Amino acid sequence: MTPATYPCPLPGGGAAAQEYALTFDQGRNCRVLIAPALFDEGHKLRRFTTEVMRRLDGAGIDCILPDLPGLNESEQDLALIEPEDWRMAIEAAARHFEATHVLALRGGGLVLPGKLGGWHYAPVKGASLLKTMLRARILASREAGREESLDTLMEHGLAMGLELAGYSLSGEMLRQMGELVPGKQPGITAIEHELLGGGALWLRAEADEDRAQADALAAIVAIGVAA
Amino acid sequence: MDTTDRKLRAILADVLGLKPDQVAAFTADTGLFGDLPELDSMAVAGLLTEMEDRLDIRIDEDEIDGDIFETYGRLLAFTRTKRDAG
Repeated sequence: MTPATYPCPLPGGGAAAQEYALTFDQGRNCRVLIAPALFDEGHKLRRFTTEVMRRLDGAGIDCILPDLPGLNESEQDLALIEPEDWRMAIEAAARHFEATHVLALRGGGLVLPGKLGGWHYAPVKGASLLKTMLRARILASREAGREESLDTLMEHGLAMGLELAGYSLSGEMLRQMGELVPGKQPGITAIEHELLGGGALWLRAEADEDRAQADALAAIVAIGVAA
Repeated sequence: MDTTDRKLRAILADVLGLKPDQVAAFTADTGLFGDLPELDSMAVAGLLTEMEDRLDIRIDEDEIDGDIFETYGRLLAFTRTKRDAG
């Protein structure tokens, strides 16, 4: 596993920033770009994601896990990022690393550029991701003795932006994310979690991994790439 | 064990990272969140969203208080009430 960088367009256009990517890159013919899960789920699934990448590498497939602007090690301010910036980042990474396929996880499949075929593991609506984060904020506020409601938080957030689960989200991010639904992308096959068996790792209170699930997802992708 | 009971145990197994036989051993008196300090607000929020999706119910924020998570029996009773109402 080697760290690399790719030139990623800045929000609103202009010069490109460098973002990090983890790669298994031996210049092989089949090259899978990973569209990572978003927000907290990205952390919960990172170990699982890299375990899937190890298995793809073992099956003779190069793979690349890019950081999206504003997430993980990125130095970009998340509060200035919109879903469209992530779509452009994935497109830029696909171009830079000459990806032949894409494997999206959870919310990562909501921001695919549409040029690459591939897979979307455990698709989720943008509205569901937001609702879970809004709830977490309401529960945490309540523990701190403050009452907040879903409707007033969203109303405030759309106008002024909102911090959810430690992520600063702009009004535009909230609006667009709430409308994104999976399954709109031609050439992308959904892989429901049930196909892998075992418990959903993005729900786990403590981040965890599952070898059998990583084996199963890597096998589906490796067979598909070879087809 | 009815469908609601079985599905609720499966969701808890996912969130808590337990094996099926461990959640099968839950009784009505098994303590949940008070006994499990690692369950932060994000984990509870994920649990609620998953309950809505898999059990086909809608949970309003003002219905959520610490009491419903105190024991497995309380959470199951809450879930049954929601499913009956739906």
